[in-house]
Amino acid sequence: MKSGSNLEKILCAGHFAVTAELGPPKSVSAEVVYKKAETLKGYADAVNITDCQTAIVRMSSIAAGSMLASRGIEPIIQMTCRDRNRIAIQSDLLGASALGVKNLLCLTGDHQKFGNHPQSKNVFDLDSIQLIKMVKDMRDEKKFQCGEEIKVEPHFFIGAAENPFSEPFEFRVLRLAKKVKAGIDFVQTQVVYNVEKFSKWMEMVRELGLHEKVFILAGVAPLKSAGMAKYMKNNVPGMDVPDKIVERMTVAGKEKAKEEGVNICIDIIDQVKEIKGVAGVHIMAIEWEEIVPEIVEKAGLLPRP
Amino acid sequence: MIVGERKPMQEILDMIADHKKIFIAGCGTCVAVCMAGGDKEVSILSSAIKMARNKENKPIEILEQTPLRQCEWEFVDELKDKIEACEAVLSMACGIGVQTLVERFPKVIVYPAVNTTFLGLPEEQGVWSERCGACGNCVLDKTGGICPIVRCSKSLLNGPCGGSQDGKCEVDPEVDCAWQLIYDRLKTLGKLDDLTEILPPKDWSTGRDGGPRKIVREDMKL
Repeated sequence: MKSGSNLEKILCAGHFAVTAELGPPKSVSAEVVYKKAETLKGYADAVNITDCQTAIVRMSSIAAGSMLASRGIEPIIQMTCRDRNRIAIQSDLLGASALGVKNLLCLTGDHQKFGNHPQSKNVFDLDSIQLIKMVKDMRDEKKFQCGEEIKVEPHFFIGAAENPFSEPFEFRVLRLAKKVKAGIDFVQTQVVYNVEKFSKWMEMVRELGLHEKVFILAGVAPLKSAGMAKYMKNNVPGMDVPDKIVERMTVAGKEKAKEEGVNICIDIIDQVKEIKGVAGVHIMAIEWEEIVPEIVEKAGLLPRP
Repeated sequence: MIVGERKPMQEILDMIADHKKIFIAGCGTCVAVCMAGGDKEVSILSSAIKMARNKENKPIEILEQTPLRQCEWEFVDELKDKIEACEAVLSMACGIGVQTLVERFPKVIVYPAVNTTFLGLPEEQGVWSERCGACGNCVLDKTGGICPIVRCSKSLLNGPCGGSQDGKCEVDPEVDCAWQLIYDRLKTLGKLDDLTEILPPKDWSTGRDGGPRKIVREDMKL
């Protein structure tokens, strides 16, 4: 065991894993964090806590993660390179580890242009791949990025994101290979709506044998409305929403949109489950965390190990 | 070259509001080529300021001159008489020119009329874009001759990120994704294998992060 986390144990035991996502509040409200977390308890093996996603200031991922851990819910801390240099990242990771955090998702981070402080300065001292290597060296070599020794090292189960739908498509899998080489243990993909393209990507993943080196969790997200489906299709770079999905949401109409969104999500889970090399799903229902239990249950993923 | 853009008129008028006689100093090199602060722009700005001030019934006297370069002692020395005859200088050079005047004429007030924007090239008539971040540690040999430090919005050394679509950057659909350009170029050169190598964390100390920079060449000193 590299970290001894629940997620690592479940994946290593060969169970189909379920992770979910929790967006911390734009306030100091601990209640919001606890309420969302309690909803997910027993339905997700570990819960990602976003790090100021879309560059909007929110409660710190590590702080919220530590709150989850105190209630027996395992957090996956997200760490981006946007707001911290290598000094701050390593410092925060020592702190996170000391607080009992065992899973870490390494991200480059959304550009601040999309957030609520577009005039801020960004850091990007490291990129996600360099971050992964740094965390792996902290764990396995007991070394800081500068080469100095760490007396008591952090033990993280190291994850990364990868987007099978952005471009250049033929390079995406090679980039995943770079992340594997840098030291990841698991991957959570961008939201899958285009299962066909995802299958093709997985085929390339298998050709390189990457599915045998790391655990791959397919990202899924329930749609709330036809408008949301269209917006994602047309306005979110790196998001691939096929016409037939938009059509299903449109046909469902306003009243049944959420229900259909959940149905689509379950259908996608059923399909990706059958793809060789997919070790689990990562359900991203930001600001709709309460729907996760229904999805997990209807997808036949209960009880959790 | 250094690319600049003239500041908005109102900002310039506000800076010189209290002065009755100023000197507008252009620069005949980079900012002349990017049409922000050369001879022609000096005379246009001068006329515009005079018109604005006449309208307010606060006429202003303006002297003008554009040295070949505002960033070298020998060229700015030519401006001495005009500078000393005025209350303030409005420099249409880049930030380097402004500071050259400040250092050479310590008692004179110098205002910037141009925003120094980036190091780049004119892509076509009327379009300039950034090419170099002056990081002091060039990586172009590893990235197919395309700079990810300033041309990738996140300065990724191991790109592209997940926001690359249709060859464009997620931050601005008008901007090319630098990593798509790098990928295409290395593909053309038959060197895609280069991209499987992980580029390690960059030593930023040679850039601005290391503090103000200076080069001293003993072999060149007099």
